[in-house]
Amino acid sequence: MSDKIFELTDLMRILRAGAGAEQDVDHGGEILDATFDDLGYDSIALLETAGRINREYGVTMDDDALAGCTTLRRIIDRVNAG
Amino acid sequence: MTRPPVVTGIGVVAPNGLGSVDYWSATCAGISGIRAVERFDAQGYASVLAGEVREKDFKAEERLPGRLLAQTDHMTRLALVAANWALEDAKVEGSTRDALDRGVITASSAGGFEFGQRELQNLWRMGNEYVSAYQSFAWFYAVNTGQISIRHGLKGPSGVVVTDQAGGLDAIAQARRQLRRGSKLILCGGVDGSICPWGWIAQMAGGRVSHSDDPAAAYLPFDDRAAGHVSAEGGAILVLEDAQAAEDRGAPKVYGEIAGYAATFDPQPGTGREPALKRAIVGALADAGVAHDEVDVVFADAAAVPSMDQIEADAIAAVFGVRAVLVTAPKSMTGRMYAGAAALDVAAALLAIRDGLIPPTINVRPARRYPVEVVTALRGPMLVQVAVVIARGQGGFNSVLVVRGPRGNAGRKRETREARYVRQDI
Repeated sequence: MSDKIFELTDLMRILRAGAGAEQDVDHGGEILDATFDDLGYDSIALLETAGRINREYGVTMDDDALAGCTTLRRIIDRVNAG
Repeated sequence: MTRPPVVTGIGVVAPNGLGSVDYWSATCAGISGIRAVERFDAQGYASVLAGEVREKDFKAEERLPGRLLAQTDHMTRLALVAANWALEDAKVEGSTRDALDRGVITASSAGGFEFGQRELQNLWRMGNEYVSAYQSFAWFYAVNTGQISIRHGLKGPSGVVVTDQAGGLDAIAQARRQLRRGSKLILCGGVDGSICPWGWIAQMAGGRVSHSDDPAAAYLPFDDRAAGHVSAEGGAILVLEDAQAAEDRGAPKVYGEIAGYAATFDPQPGTGREPALKRAIVGALADAGVAHDEVDVVFADAAAVPSMDQIEADAIAAVFGVRAVLVTAPKSMTGRMYAGAAALDVAAALLAIRDGLIPPTINVRPARRYPVEVVTALRGPMLVQVAVVIARGQGGFNSVLVVRGPRGNAGRKRETREARYVRQDI
């Protein structure tokens, strides 16, 4: 784990680079708690994002960890936990 | 008696025109889309020309959502846009109720090679963690069918055929089978292309790609100067519907019907047995119940390899008579787009029927040794009711499709047609 704090802006940058811009939907306020589904991303988008996080932050997420990452907030917490 | 299925929508992406309107006006005007390769630096390769659908004309970002751009090869983007145009043209509304009655069947020759090459380069240079997760399907030959199905919620019988250039017809024939089995609508055809170094090398290895650097002399079927084809990308997607189902939903227009089809496979080289193309033409006419003298035009496979042009010309002459039917190859304006080419020829045949115009084979001076009447300048307006489309795939595939104009309106159509050309003359 690097010393960098992983923030929402980092996640959005990685998501957009790997899986394209999110779906333009009303996610009911807090984007942090929007699900991947809400944003129009499928399971492969999540896989691609995990790969890019690994390359950049050195955090490996196995399938079980990934399965628990249903929202942006959960991914951010998972990455910052190292 | 079962009525033949009807084409109610057309979506075209071609090097000489995006959308069926632009493609058709360019094609009737003899405007070519063959140019020097721009997608990658082709100097240093034996072949330097292509029929590209250039990104600067296509502008994928304006046509598709970002999430699809991240996971698609250029040719899949073309296919998605063509499918969308075809559905819009047919005024097909999406509905969950119909999802299982509607499928997708496309042809492919390779898959998303440009995408695949980039990811393989990442693998080789940087390691497996640098390979896109979307590589799992983006370079796969079935990707266009899958992406179109997902985007439009078409969950009925679907599939992919891989028979090189014959595939564009084989996909339409497979769609016809599914309609006979009870489906109501199948989106079918092919959009293909792999203009990248990896695809380029693979195509050149086939030994049939022209080495000319002159766009006006590189692809000359039925000409003594013929020396192979120009590689291209693009194709067409058609909305094919059960005739009754199209009527029931009030489809706004019918371009024509898929009246007949046959496919044969060539004998093993060296056996001395007759090439099987003639048998495919005869079979398709029989399937359509059409006599040879009812056919108004033949859209040729047009390999531009002398021995193959001879086989095709001889087969056409054997069935229709020597120089007895008009033969054309509008792909002389686009190059050969592999699994996309024949689907585009079917679209051209339907538009030829609609407008009573036969598009030209450009740049060609037909050689006398080919016993066929090659159309080298636009013909018409004239009545075009039945067209035959021929396609051959490398390895021995021969497919032939018979397309017939919509029934019951020939007389009316002729009037409208004349009226239209009077207006154009003014």
